[in-house]
Amino acid sequence: MSIAQSTHEDRGGPAQPLLLVQDLKKHFPIRGGLFGATVATVRAVDGVSFAVRKGETLGIVGESGCGKSTTARLLMRLMDPDSGSLVFDGEGVGQNTQTGGLALKDYRRQVQMVFQDSYASLNPRLPIEDSIAFAPKVHGVSDKEARSRARELLAAVGLAPQTFARRYPHELSGGQRQRVNIARALALQPRLVLLDEPVSALDKSVEAQVLNLLVDLKETFGLTYLFISHDLNVVQYISDRVLVMYLGEVAEMGPVDAIYERPAHPYTRALLASRPSMTPGQRRTEPPLTGDPPNPINPPSGCRFRTRCPHAEAVCAERKPVMAEMGGGHVAACHMAEPGSGHSMAGRLAA
Amino acid sequence: MSEVLERPTVSEAATTPLVRMRDVGVTFVTRDRTVHAVNGVDIDLAAGEVLCILGESGSGKSVTMRALMRLLPRFARVSGRIEVAGRDVTAMDEAALQDFRGSDVAMIFQEPMTALDPVFTIGRQIAETVQRHEGLSRAAAEARALELLELVQIPSARRRLAAYPHELSGGLRQRAMIAVALACKPKLLLADEPTTALDATVQIQVLLLLRKLQEQLGMGVIFVTHDLGVAGEIADRVAVMYAGKVVEEGPVEAMMRGPLHPYPRGLLGATVHPGMRGKRLTTIPGAPPSLDTPPTTCPFAPRCPEVEPACLEEAGPAPRRPVPGRMARCVQVPAAG
Repeated sequence: MSIAQSTHEDRGGPAQPLLLVQDLKKHFPIRGGLFGATVATVRAVDGVSFAVRKGETLGIVGESGCGKSTTARLLMRLMDPDSGSLVFDGEGVGQNTQTGGLALKDYRRQVQMVFQDSYASLNPRLPIEDSIAFAPKVHGVSDKEARSRARELLAAVGLAPQTFARRYPHELSGGQRQRVNIARALALQPRLVLLDEPVSALDKSVEAQVLNLLVDLKETFGLTYLFISHDLNVVQYISDRVLVMYLGEVAEMGPVDAIYERPAHPYTRALLASRPSMTPGQRRTEPPLTGDPPNPINPPSGCRFRTRCPHAEAVCAERKPVMAEMGGGHVAACHMAEPGSGHSMAGRLAA
Repeated sequence: MSEVLERPTVSEAATTPLVRMRDVGVTFVTRDRTVHAVNGVDIDLAAGEVLCILGESGSGKSVTMRALMRLLPRFARVSGRIEVAGRDVTAMDEAALQDFRGSDVAMIFQEPMTALDPVFTIGRQIAETVQRHEGLSRAAAEARALELLELVQIPSARRRLAAYPHELSGGLRQRAMIAVALACKPKLLLADEPTTALDATVQIQVLLLLRKLQEQLGMGVIFVTHDLGVAGEIADRVAVMYAGKVVEEGPVEAMMRGPLHPYPRGLLGATVHPGMRGKRLTTIPGAPPSLDTPPTTCPFAPRCPEVEPACLEEAGPAPRRPVPGRMARCVQVPAAG
């Protein structure tokens, strides 16, 4: 089958990260006043750096307003970052191809995205087969071949082509539409798929079907996933590594077991403790955190979590914490994790 | 806390349940099609009890709640008996309904921004409810509004009275909506997915608040959710709905430990828990039935992994009660014995 093999070759070798994100920033100005002057700035993504390794699933968790969806849109270059760079398999994205860069069109062919709202992301006037075949045709594949590839993909996501190919989006259920979106994302044989809350709008039984499908497709097509979700259980299930975001910054990042079993950042701990327990006998009596996440307009000085943190001290307001290495690729941006930071509990976690 | 908001000292007669729904059906009839959304639901709720109605989208859980409060559109046909605190809800006229809603029953919704009026302050919306139902003066009603905002743990409550809904964060808005609902000390609170749109750290705060208020005010609560974890956190009893029927009902602990009916069993298996990494998730194949015709036999049979010929024979199927307090509509569950 032609779709089983990715046409894009591995260029940098297995050790080269598939996507390297460095100091990504995106601020949105809020205009007001008589002459539309900038009155405030939303620091949606404020200096985010991470790497996506080949063949892994990197999960990004965080609450609304933490910048996880903006990050996905910046990675897809649906909007331009204010600063920061993307390096895709050793090649600078959007840079001059003569000097080892990667043109945006070639980059987008290798990186595809699936959105949360399965209905809004499909053209209501196109049968789903045409929606899936659309992008390959734009990239120069013949109509006949694009169509046959679309049917193969429909079969791969579990929708029988003879029944579904000519249907319109409104004739499908939410779970079926999300399968179509996944098939469309795979139509260009990408190497990296950005999944922005792909199962959040689905019922539990359908969610399980789609998660199983994503696991299968990853293996069949040799994909790398960036999986964004607010559901900690789903992220734990699907991810190899996890990145926790808070107010536009990375709070903690590491292998999934380290994050879930030995969380170092107080925010990660609170987030994990906020999950409803599945055992009614052991109900919580006190919430792990009070208050809502603060507004990313004018975030707190120093550590952004300090306003809700139970361990906040003077040093947290004065200095921004650096990424403290916890071993095994586990890093946390917290003064308590950094020996000698000046916090009274500094270094105890690392031990 | 003021005395007006304390638990009523006169307890309800233990014999009459707060809510009694018998064979309730709801059919939506339009020119194009007829949808049998709810097909024979029996629900009992004791005073001071929390019942979670659990189900996926289209299972009829929200429609059942709206039928209980007579909030359905005109083209909805409601059948069966619905009693709240001994009063027949189906027989009420418009004036009786206006008194009934707000003072006996109140409802909170998933999206506070659409439930609150954007052009009135939070304080005014609460005070208005109290003035309308209890005939208090404006000043007294505003004092009550302040008390209520403190009750739902809104920080700097006095200042927040003058806030418009758009000036509050999602969590505070949800608390404000709860304050409006509790304004007249309802005996019954209906909650339709009130925490679904909230962030994880805020959701747990609102759940704990609701549980605390329920205990403090001695309200009965019917809580609609699709999230098993939320049910585990707040419910005393759970009723699982599928295709407009309650397929299983029982105490939350027993239900979560070992569901009797294959549908909640499948749901539990399909819900991602910690520690399932690398294992394949069990799924429920297929999709819920179309409700253009009312189900006659077991509606779950086409998707059930344990289906047998008897499933397609028995109408209903009739409820079985293998242990006191638990019910399941499945032919494989032994009847009382």
